[in-house]
Amino acid sequence: MNKTPLYENHLKSGGKIVDFEGWALPVQYTGIIEEHERTRNAAGLFDVSHMGEIRVTGRDSEPFIQRISTNDISGARDGQVVYSHMCYPDGGVVDDLLVYKYSDKDYLLVVNASNTDKDFEWLEQNLIGQAEVKNVSGSYAQLALQGPKAEAILQKLCEYPLSEIRFFHFKPDMMISGISAIVSRTGYTGEDGFEIYINTEYAPSLWEKILSAGRDDGLVPVGLGARDTLRFEAALPLYGHEISEDISPFEAGLGRFVKCDKGVFIGKEALEMQNETGLKRLLTGFEMTGPGIPRSGCEVFSLGKSVGFVTTGGYSPTLKKSIGLAIVDIAYSAEGTEFDINIRNRQVKAKAVKLPFYTKKYKK
Amino acid sequence: MVRCALSTRYAEKEMEIVDGLKYSKEHEWVKTDGAKAYVGITDYAQHSLGDIVFVELPEAGAELGAGDVIGAVDSVKAASEIYTPVSGKVIKVNEALSDSPELLNGQPYESWIAVLQLKDDAELDSLMDAEEYETFCGEQ
Repeated sequence: MNKTPLYENHLKSGGKIVDFEGWALPVQYTGIIEEHERTRNAAGLFDVSHMGEIRVTGRDSEPFIQRISTNDISGARDGQVVYSHMCYPDGGVVDDLLVYKYSDKDYLLVVNASNTDKDFEWLEQNLIGQAEVKNVSGSYAQLALQGPKAEAILQKLCEYPLSEIRFFHFKPDMMISGISAIVSRTGYTGEDGFEIYINTEYAPSLWEKILSAGRDDGLVPVGLGARDTLRFEAALPLYGHEISEDISPFEAGLGRFVKCDKGVFIGKEALEMQNETGLKRLLTGFEMTGPGIPRSGCEVFSLGKSVGFVTTGGYSPTLKKSIGLAIVDIAYSAEGTEFDINIRNRQVKAKAVKLPFYTKKYKK
Repeated sequence: MVRCALSTRYAEKEMEIVDGLKYSKEHEWVKTDGAKAYVGITDYAQHSLGDIVFVELPEAGAELGAGDVIGAVDSVKAASEIYTPVSGKVIKVNEALSDSPELLNGQPYESWIAVLQLKDDAELDSLMDAEEYETFCGEQ
């Protein structure tokens, strides 16, 4: 298994290590529910060093990224972060990613850990003009500090006024406790917070420094378990679940990140067609009205007929109920629609609800 | 009551194992009272599952064979089936777990899942006693 630079820190903090897509990472420290609640109410620190980073440089970087991404990055300013998808020609998703714009000739793409190699190959295959891609994942450790107290905690360790970093913007050269870092106001929890990229060798000391700086504010280390429940409540998509090779951004309800009018990009024709002829299926949120907890892969039924499948399901620590996301035939996607979820061969009642389950608390 | 400190790196907390109960390799416990057998999950099981948020109980009256599914528990992360280590008819289910599944985390040995009318006493002999279970856990 791959280890992040923080592996020893996790052991020291009592992390319960699991194999996550080939990475030895903590699923929890004290408990998923407690870590989840701490992040919502105070702050949580996450090791997300497994994420992939790919640098794009050269004169034609911008047209190249425009070609491989669904979102329009041409309007982005230097220091801005753009969320996008990369699609196949058929509209299926290669990956979702964050595009950090240093300049129109220099970008950092942050991609899903398990997709890094696939993404890198995809980028290389689709290179145009004068642009270069480099997989720099091994050089960066990434920490996410999330929650209402995140700014106050991080501010104790740096001089730059963090309130000046707006949502989906970054500072490429911050000094945090003497360590040079890229800091963005981004995250995957539905809370305000930051993602911090540093040279791997400084990761262990920065991890400990942030934890001590936040101890009195209620900061705790948070594992992958709560990372998933937090993003799930905020209805943030997870690759391989809500989006995949077989589920397009439109089907996942993420059409706002697909800009068909921006010019040519890979997947445009298929996506345009999907959008114009009408979607056949759509991601919907639901809550259980009968007893049981839906899980990813459970089938959705209506009057005995299969009408979809659950992409993520589980218990919501914030709402204290059993909820899910499912791809269903479009006729069953409207709020209030009732259907059954097959949980261990029992049909359990559920109804479609509005997304997100949890209203995001971003500081914009 | 004996204590068993597991050697696994992540399970540094001490696991409780109660004398006088019988244990299965799937981390269920059985407590007999005459011909009645109480079945539950062990401290080791609840600890490795994490926060338990839902319990699926068997139907009273169901006839179960040793190794059959007697219920399921959902932690935040995943669902796990529970198997009865002994055969018998379900004569009582612990309804309190429907409203308070977290009891399985807090008091695993008080929170039985169901009571079975024991069919074959001999099945108990194939289960582990506390000492054997402690050794078994240490090897996990």
